[in-house]
Amino acid sequence: MKPVVIVGAGPAGISAARTLLDYGIRACLVDEGLRGGGQIYRRQPEGFQRTAQQLYGFEAGKAQAVHRTLDELAPLIDYRPRTLVWNAEDQRLDLLTDNRADSVEYSRLIVATGATDRILPVPGWTLPGVYSLGAAQIALKYQGCAIGERVALCGSGPLLYLVAYQYAKAGATVVAVLDSAPFSAQCRALPALLGQPATLAKGMYYRAWLTAHGVPVHQGATLAQIDGVQRVSGIRWGAHTLACDAVAFAHALRSETQLADLLGCAFAWNPLNRAWLPTRDSAGRSSVNGVYLAGDGAAIMGADAAQMAGERAALALLEDAGVATDRHRPAVLEQQLARIQRFRLGLETAFPFPEKWAAQAPDNLTVCRCEEVSAGDIRAVVDDGHWEINRVKAHCRVGMGRCQGRLCGLAAAEIVAERSGRSVEDVGRLRGQAPIKPLPFGVQVQP
Amino acid sequence: MSDVIVLGGGIVGASAALMLAQKGQRVTLVERDFCGSHSSGVNYGGVRRQGRPLHQLPLSQRAHQLWGELPGLIGIDGEYVRCGHLKLARSAADFAALHAYAERTREFDLGLQLLDRAELRARFPWVGDVAVGASLCPEDGHANPRLVSPAFARAAQCHGAVVHEQAEVVRIKHDGRVFQVHCANGLHLHAPWLLNCAGAWAGSVAAQFGEPVPITSAHPAMLVTEPLPVVMDVSTGVEGGGIYARQVARGNCILGGGRGFALGPRQARPGQAAVLEILRNAAELYPFLQGAQAIRTWSGTEGYLPDHEPVIGPSSTTPGLLHGFGFAGAGFQLGPAVGEALAEIVCSGASRQPIEAFSIRRFQA
Repeated sequence: MKPVVIVGAGPAGISAARTLLDYGIRACLVDEGLRGGGQIYRRQPEGFQRTAQQLYGFEAGKAQAVHRTLDELAPLIDYRPRTLVWNAEDQRLDLLTDNRADSVEYSRLIVATGATDRILPVPGWTLPGVYSLGAAQIALKYQGCAIGERVALCGSGPLLYLVAYQYAKAGATVVAVLDSAPFSAQCRALPALLGQPATLAKGMYYRAWLTAHGVPVHQGATLAQIDGVQRVSGIRWGAHTLACDAVAFAHALRSETQLADLLGCAFAWNPLNRAWLPTRDSAGRSSVNGVYLAGDGAAIMGADAAQMAGERAALALLEDAGVATDRHRPAVLEQQLARIQRFRLGLETAFPFPEKWAAQAPDNLTVCRCEEVSAGDIRAVVDDGHWEINRVKAHCRVGMGRCQGRLCGLAAAEIVAERSGRSVEDVGRLRGQAPIKPLPFGVQVQP
Repeated sequence: MSDVIVLGGGIVGASAALMLAQKGQRVTLVERDFCGSHSSGVNYGGVRRQGRPLHQLPLSQRAHQLWGELPGLIGIDGEYVRCGHLKLARSAADFAALHAYAERTREFDLGLQLLDRAELRARFPWVGDVAVGASLCPEDGHANPRLVSPAFARAAQCHGAVVHEQAEVVRIKHDGRVFQVHCANGLHLHAPWLLNCAGAWAGSVAAQFGEPVPITSAHPAMLVTEPLPVVMDVSTGVEGGGIYARQVARGNCILGGGRGFALGPRQARPGQAAVLEILRNAAELYPFLQGAQAIRTWSGTEGYLPDHEPVIGPSSTTPGLLHGFGFAGAGFQLGPAVGEALAEIVCSGASRQPIEAFSIRRFQA
C-alpha cells in the first residue's frame, strides 16, 4: 500500500505526522534538513551545548515540544531527513539523499515546504557580509555564529526585531535597526494586532528591550545602499551613513511553492502576501485530489498557525480517507487559524510592503545575482514590449539561474509591473520546473 | 485586408512573415501564445546541417547562408556561433556510418572531417573514452533559441508585418478566393494567402481543408547546468541518437536526450526518467560534467510525422493555402529557409529550393 507522504519537517509537517500517527497512520516524512524542526525551530548540530532558552528565547517551550514530538515519531514512522524532493510526477515524488536518487509513491500528500525571506535588493546587496534576516538568524541558532561584530539589520517585518534582539542578546553589536515601516503604520495596525495579545506583547518587548539596551532603532528608514569594496563597510539611508561589517535584510517572508506548482495545484493571486499562492480550502485541501497544503509554504502565517494547519490538513486527509476523526477539533482549529489570519492582516498594516521599491531601484542594481541581471536589463526587455514574467525571463535570463527565481523572482515581477504599468498580479508567475533545487551529474539511481 | 495571414509565430511563421514583409507584402501574423514561446524558442539550439537526410540539405544549405546573415536579418546576433558540430561514434559500426554519411553528402560541401580515436583525443580532449571516433562539421554551430525565434517576429514587425500575440484562432473560412480567420479575442482577418506554420498544432488546419496528416507531438527532455569553466568548443551529438550537448559562452552546458511528456495541450515536462538518464550517462561522454549541477529542466511540444520529415509547400486541396510544419525536432536551423521558400511561393509561384519531398500529398493514398 502506498504511504501518506509529508514533505517538510517543520512545525506543520511534524504536527501533521503526529496527528496521522494518532489515528494509526505511519506517514513517510521527507525533510531536507539534517535534524528537523524547520527553519524557525532548527536544531543545532549534535554535540552543541546551548540551551533551548538561549536558542529560542520565548519560543523555547514550543521548540522543545516540536523536537520532542519529532524524536518520538521518528522511530515509529518513515522519517527521511537530508532528503530533497526535486520533482513530482505521476503520484510519485523524486528524492535525492546524499547523491542517491530515489522516489516514493504516495496515496495522499501533505505539502509543508515552509518559507524563505522575501528579498528586495539594494545596491551593494551582493557584497560578502550581506545576509537575509532568516540566514542571519540561522547562523546564530544553528552554528552559534554571528554574521559580524557590528551588524546592521534592515528591512521590515516582525523577524527584523526578533533577529535584532537575538543578536544583541548573543553579544553582537547591533549598530542599527532600520525599519522601512513608519511608526504610524504600527499604530494603525494596533487594533488588529490586539487580537493576539501574547504575540503582540513579545514584539513590543523586543522593541522596548532594544531601546533599553541602547540599540538605535530607526523607523520609516529605508536602506538605500550597502557600501563596501571587498566586503561590507557600511550602510546608507536618507542622508545618513553608518559603518558596520555585516548587514542582514529582508521584507517579511515568501512561501516555497515550487512543489505545489509541480504537483499541478491551482494558484491564485493573494493580495495579502502579494504573491501567487496555491489555493486551498479552510482545511488545507489543494485543487489536486489527495494533495493538502499546510504551513508557511501555503501562505505566511507563522509557526503557531503552521502547527494548527498541519493538524487540520492531517484531519482533512483522514476524513477524506474515510477515517472517523474527532468531530469538534476541525472547527476549533479553523477558528484559531482565522484569528491568526486577522492578526496577520494587522502585521501587513504594521509592516507594509515598500511600494516605491521598484521605481527607486537604480538601473545598475543587480536583481538576479545567479545570472547577473540588473534592473535596467529587465526594464529594457519591458520597454521592448514584454510584460509576462516568463517572457521577460526568456529574454534577459532573470530567474534562470541556480535559485530558479526563488530569490529574485518576486523582485523581478515588481520591476516588470512598475515599468509596464501593470499590476504585479497581471505580470503572472514564473512557471515551476524541476529540479526544485540543483541535481548533480553522476547521481546514483536506485534500481 | 492583408495579402497573407501567417498562423503561428514560431521561427518558420515569423521568418515567412519577415521575408514577405521585406518583399512588400502586407502580412498579418497571428500567434496563440507568444512568438517563439513553443518549440522554436525552447529547443536545444543546435544550428546544424550534419546528420540531416539528403533531401533536406538544399534547404539546410540555404538556411546556413541565412544564418550567416543573422544580425542583418533580425537585428541581434542571437548568440549564434559557427563553432562546429561534432558527431560522436561509440562503436566501429557507428563510425562506419559517419564515414558513409560523409561519402553520401560529398556534393553538398559540408566540409565534414572524420576523426579517428587519436585525432579526436588530440583535438577534443574533453570527450570521454567511450567515443571511438567522430565526424566534425566545422561550420555548423549553435544559437540561443529563446532570443533568435522571437527576434524573427520582431524583425517582421519592423518591416511592416502586423503581429498579434495571444490571439487564438477559433474559425477559418475560405470562399474559394479569400481566407477569413476569426480569433477568440474578436480579431477578424481576411487574405488570399494563408500560411499554416502552427507547429505541433498545424494538423487541425490541414484536416479542416480536407488533407489530414498523421501528426503526433513529442517532447524533448532538456536540461542546463550552472556555469562551468568553458571546455566544449563545439556542439555535440551522438551517432544513432542519445545525449546531445553544447556549452554557451556564459559556461552553462545545455544537454538533451530522451523524451518527456505532455502536461496538457500546450505544456510539457521532461520527466524524471529522462532527466536521471542524462544525469547518469552524460559524464561518460563528457567526463568534465561529473559532479556539476543541473539547475533546470524543460521541454516543449514538437510536431512529428511518421517519416520524421516536415510538410512544406502548397495545399493539395485549397489554392492560397501553404503549409510549413512538422519538423520532428529539427526545424530550428531550417526555419529561415522554409520561411523564405513559403514567401517565394507567394511572391513568384515557386520556391528556389527543391521542396517536393515534403509535399503534403505524400499522406494521400
